[in-house]
Amino acid sequence: MSYEELLTQTALANEQVIVMTAENRALVRNLPGILGKRFIDTGITEQTMIGAAAGLALRGRTPVVHALAAFLTMRAFEFVRTDVGIANLPVKLSSFIPGFLSDGNGPTHQAVEDISIMRGIPNVTVFAPADEDDLVKMLPQIWESKSPAYTRINTRKTTYVHEPFTPGKAEVIAEGSDVTILTYGLLFEQALIAVEMLKSEGLSVGLINMRSLKPVDEQAILKASAQSKLVVTLEDHFLTGGLYAIVAEVLLKHRTTANVLPMALNEKWFRPALLPSVLEHEGFTGKQIAEKILGYQTTHNQPQILTPEFSE
Amino acid sequence: MITVENNNYQELTGTALKVREHIIRMSTDGGCFTGASLSAVDLIVYLYSRFLNINKDNLDDPNRDYLFLSKGHDVPALYGTFAELGLLEKERLKNHLLLNDHIYWHPNTKIPGIEFHSGSLGHLPSVAIGVAMDLKISGGTNKVVCILGDGELNEGTCWEAMLVANAYKLDNLLFVVDRNHFQANVRTEDLIPLEPLADKFEAFGAAVKRINGHSFAELDEAFGAFPFQAEKLNVIIADTVRGKGLPSIQERADRWFCNFNADEIQQLLLELHGEHQTTLTSETLVVR
Repeated sequence: MSYEELLTQTALANEQVIVMTAENRALVRNLPGILGKRFIDTGITEQTMIGAAAGLALRGRTPVVHALAAFLTMRAFEFVRTDVGIANLPVKLSSFIPGFLSDGNGPTHQAVEDISIMRGIPNVTVFAPADEDDLVKMLPQIWESKSPAYTRINTRKTTYVHEPFTPGKAEVIAEGSDVTILTYGLLFEQALIAVEMLKSEGLSVGLINMRSLKPVDEQAILKASAQSKLVVTLEDHFLTGGLYAIVAEVLLKHRTTANVLPMALNEKWFRPALLPSVLEHEGFTGKQIAEKILGYQTTHNQPQILTPEFSE
Repeated sequence: MITVENNNYQELTGTALKVREHIIRMSTDGGCFTGASLSAVDLIVYLYSRFLNINKDNLDDPNRDYLFLSKGHDVPALYGTFAELGLLEKERLKNHLLLNDHIYWHPNTKIPGIEFHSGSLGHLPSVAIGVAMDLKISGGTNKVVCILGDGELNEGTCWEAMLVANAYKLDNLLFVVDRNHFQANVRTEDLIPLEPLADKFEAFGAAVKRINGHSFAELDEAFGAFPFQAEKLNVIIADTVRGKGLPSIQERADRWFCNFNADEIQQLLLELHGEHQTTLTSETLVVR
């Protein structure tokens, strides 16, 4: 099932759902015809769209709003914080092309601080599915909840079949005593590749798909830190405020520590190019991740990375 | 049909044709905002060829004019114009979306001649205001031009900028709207209607001219009169056609962004030149 099919099914089953966009239609192309008045395109007006979503929510609606991640979280930030956050309204933010998925657009379109700023708003929950299968397993509960929610939309297809979703729970893919990789979103695909390479080098490797970044699965983080000699936080996000910071906060809260290797964007935006080139240049292919953890080069082959279709 | 006007504009027409070729050649291997940028070609070629005091030798000169491309996804038209006017080596256009260069979907200052990065809409009217304000304070006679998309006018900051430019009587500042009548996915008038657009700008205190943005004679007349009213923000609405030059994609909602294969690129180049009744140049097709 695709994102659009799930949204269509959800909106048809629940009259209270309103689909909104700030003229980003790539993932909602067919909805104007299907939903009629319950599809609202406000034009390129992210701030007004969020304010209007709050108004619709005041009337009992559940608006699912769409825009590019950079503009949804940053252009409209104060509207999300003030109109949605303070009022604690069930507005569901669906962000397109978060993280590395903005590939060739350039820094204006790079949302690599979205997790940090969205989780900083009281009441707002934050989710990052690993791929399309994960996305359609997570969204029904995210949309049913009464909380405001921010979701990094990721429609990439992988062959991995995910477990059912529980908000606040991570998906533990594997446990390991040498290293555990904690990740979310797009990079899950590369983490799976890295895990296989690390195993063939003789390591005992764990992998956790975080899924829910707020609320976060503290027990999963604590258990991985206790079990593994090394914990890796892997994310297409700034080092500031993302998963590395979340892990640090959880460990400190529980008065413990761990060897943590962060892989994130450290005080820089990424080099714009098509996705496979971006991953290679920034050091985030499965092979590069594995070699960084190992500390030496290997002869493993990096599987081909597919270029996503332009979707804005 | 694109009509060749009188002899005064033959050179501009030739440059614009080459810029359109560059845009088509960039519309592959990942693609670019083809339809969106084709509408702005004549405007951008005119500005750099005839209106702006900007050339490859004065890019750091504080007395140069300023152009801010707030409609950032028009940048293929800017890359093409820079290549034709000698600000950027033509060979570099082949680096579109590659890691060895900085030529991607939105403008950035690593490309000589680009004054400021853009891509997030509704930002550069205010940056242009800042530059125009300093010129008023420090006494420069430089012209400051900011190109806006019509869809971009949805963003509230464009209208805040109008209020502020009017309050500070910035008659050294010129907003130019690439009025191609489309936003990304739909016609502007079918979504967030803008008309009567000139009246709106005038109500904000601006002096407004509205012209055909594909006629060099009309561009000449309008820009030649700048500032057409003192102590006011000046605005030119350039009516344009999305995808101008390629009938097969012209005025199509689904040709904002295009990623064609090599055969399609070849066809479009033929179509472009058929439209002009000229022959293909000898430049080779870029296919990776």
